[in-house]
Amino acid sequence: MTIGLEHYLILSGLLFSIGLYGAITKRNAIVILMSIELMLNGVNIALVAFSRFITPAALTGQIFAIFVIVVAAAEVAIGLAIIISIYRNRDTIDVNKINLMKW
Amino acid sequence: MGQIIAFWILAVITIIAASGVIVQKNVFRSALSLIVCLVAVAGIFVLLSADFLAAAQILIYVGAISVVIILAIMLTREFTKGSPSNRLQLPALIVSVIFFGLLTFAVINTNWQLSATPPQTPTTPALAEEIFGHYGYVLPLEIAGVLILAVIIGAVVIARDK
Repeated sequence: MTIGLEHYLILSGLLFSIGLYGAITKRNAIVILMSIELMLNGVNIALVAFSRFITPAALTGQIFAIFVIVVAAAEVAIGLAIIISIYRNRDTIDVNKINLMKW
Repeated sequence: MGQIIAFWILAVITIIAASGVIVQKNVFRSALSLIVCLVAVAGIFVLLSADFLAAAQILIYVGAISVVIILAIMLTREFTKGSPSNRLQLPALIVSVIFFGLLTFAVINTNWQLSATPPQTPTTPALAEEIFGHYGYVLPLEIAGVLILAVIIGAVVIARDK
């Protein structure tokens, strides 16, 4: 048995689903950010696997993965700045208690 | 043969570490688990002959993002309360499992047009050619630079002590 495209895609789907579960259920905002990182990594695996098995000459999938990494780094930096700011103002980062704009 | 063994080892490490991020009660331990998962994903990139991406994954995710996450955990001191779940545990589990099932179904039943050409082995020159070439990705690259600049300024402004 050789390792084909399907193996990588199923691994990426599993990683994405674990991240999805964590992003929905967790109450700590930092754990939610970590779950989103897991989801982005699953997407990266899928992009690189497509680039490796379907268009090995073009490398477009790897370029997309590079841009995903850039945007993920930006998202983490700004997300953690917002979390620290919220913690400073409200003394909690429990997303169930941050419901000021909820009606 | 070695590639098959390496894939299964890396895949199992990735999935166990990713579950660890969700299951661990201690937020600090789930951050360490996330780092293990990111390193294993870098190994998967090596298996897919994406050497530049594997190096970028180690440098950016393991080197920078995980440090920032651990710094935020230290700064917020929320880890004393652990990492509790909300009331949506069962619906979220059902949704995730259904999503994974649909994804697997779609992947298995699609007829992929596989290419037989071997992958390029040092990808860095080819990637540079793609990005900076004539019909390349120079404009998205510049936009990414502007995004990073905006993020640096925004993070400083948001997190600054008033």
